[in-house]
Amino acid sequence: MLATDPKTERIIADFPILARPTSRGKRLVYLDSAATSQKPRVVIQALVDYYEQYNANIHRGVYEIAERATGEFERARVKIARFVGAEVAEIVWVRNTTEAINLVAYSWGNANLHAGDAILLTELEHHSDLVPWQLLAERSGAELRFIPVDNRGLYVLDDLDALLDGCKLVACAHVSNTLGTILPLDRIVSRAHAAGAVVLVDGAQGAPHLPVDLKALDVDFYTFSGHKMLGPTGIGVLYGKRALLDAMPPFLSGGDMIHKVAYDRSTFNDAPRKFEAGTSNIADAIAFGVAVEYLEQVGMEWVRDHERRLTGYALDRLAAFEPRGLAIYGPRDPELISGVISFNLADVHAHDLASILDTEGVCVRAGHHCTMPLMEKMGWSATTRASFYIYNTEADVDVLCAGLEKAARLFGV
Amino acid sequence: MPASKRPRASSGSDNRVDDFYRDYILDHYRHPRNFGRLERADAEAEDLNPLCGDQIRMELKVDDGLVSDVRFSGKGCAISQASASMLTERIKGMKLADVAKLSKDAVLEDVGIGISPTRMKCAMLGLRVLKSAAIGELAGWPDEE
Repeated sequence: MLATDPKTERIIADFPILARPTSRGKRLVYLDSAATSQKPRVVIQALVDYYEQYNANIHRGVYEIAERATGEFERARVKIARFVGAEVAEIVWVRNTTEAINLVAYSWGNANLHAGDAILLTELEHHSDLVPWQLLAERSGAELRFIPVDNRGLYVLDDLDALLDGCKLVACAHVSNTLGTILPLDRIVSRAHAAGAVVLVDGAQGAPHLPVDLKALDVDFYTFSGHKMLGPTGIGVLYGKRALLDAMPPFLSGGDMIHKVAYDRSTFNDAPRKFEAGTSNIADAIAFGVAVEYLEQVGMEWVRDHERRLTGYALDRLAAFEPRGLAIYGPRDPELISGVISFNLADVHAHDLASILDTEGVCVRAGHHCTMPLMEKMGWSATTRASFYIYNTEADVDVLCAGLEKAARLFGV
Repeated sequence: MPASKRPRASSGSDNRVDDFYRDYILDHYRHPRNFGRLERADAEAEDLNPLCGDQIRMELKVDDGLVSDVRFSGKGCAISQASASMLTERIKGMKLADVAKLSKDAVLEDVGIGISPTRMKCAMLGLRVLKSAAIGELAGWPDEE
């Protein structure tokens, strides 16, 4: 076992939940950050501060606490914009990645997709970047196409130009939530644009783990969720290029998104507020701003290096179980994947394995990971998934492996 | 061995899941009883647990209102497969009308230990499918009744 570096030790100390033992008295080994991340104390405190000190609605009240709430809410938008290299007006608050993708599918999609057009996805998409496009295809008559993946979960781009022919939209995950595969955006975006397609990248697993500069990536839409990157649930972001957002009709309508309302008609606010109908998740947005500040202080290059090192260590340790039937899915190269490893232990069902690991304090995900078509294609009924973040260590991987030993012994493999 | 004679789980919290993976449950998982298909079934049903992807199919032979033979097939976790296997042992010779009335307690008695809420659907899938076969339409989840 390697010693934990001082920086990781300091990070761990910032997460109150990691100091709480489980009901069995075990140390909590949280390996499910791809589902949702844990929250540092400063993020939790930001929620408390809002509710205890300046709880008020935004954009309307002229009194002191309302001014402060509006100011903090809009400052959070500035922080997010800086974090991903966007302009402030390009950051739309939504509930989560799923809502962001639905917003684009309904607002941009309904206006721009027609029978005969194509939508290009990949075979690795999470249901949230698949089902909204299936419904758009049904509404518009557009055709769905898929960039294939090989049996190691790597993208096969040989036929990309043919797939892009007649394509209006490319929508793909920055990082696969099931296998960790990192999308080679540099090989896709410019070719998609050359073919006349708009590019949406589902960044739910990208923004938390990789340095993201949206101007450099040149994608048209980018979506991410606060709760997967140290922030609260219920707050997420749709990034859209200014010109695209300006041209799009509203999605949800009502208060706060209007310019002038008469009984028979209305005009609408400018983007991004055109898309923010009703009272936003004010506290959650403010706390999300604190979360990205925390990540900036840690440094996203450090985050990527830390996870790459940890993933390499985990792949090496897990490989020792292969003679006893451990199967590792996805690319086995830490350079090609984010901190996500899917596996199965012989014929032990993923849910049984997860229950046994739970007795050792280890939290992993078991199931289809909201990628049922991928599981079907690969012939996997369920997998166990360990996913890493800034507070995980080699010691966590060692506890995971001790749990695998226990499961192997119980099931006699 | 009848369920009531099985050694009960100890109450120590540290053994909750270890208990679940006791010998007789793993034995039913590794060597499921009445596993396979009937040549001709008088009643049948199948369903899956979308959370885990567990699948169970139950086929019954019924003579004079009594279950004279039963087969189950499927795949999934040890809890779903072992509880289905134990159910097939329990219902041979039972009145079909009584099979339709089986409650979740029958399964919980068979498995003999506590089941966490998220794994309850795994344990109840076999019973749901069995009751569906008995009544000829999709039955509700026994743990929700």
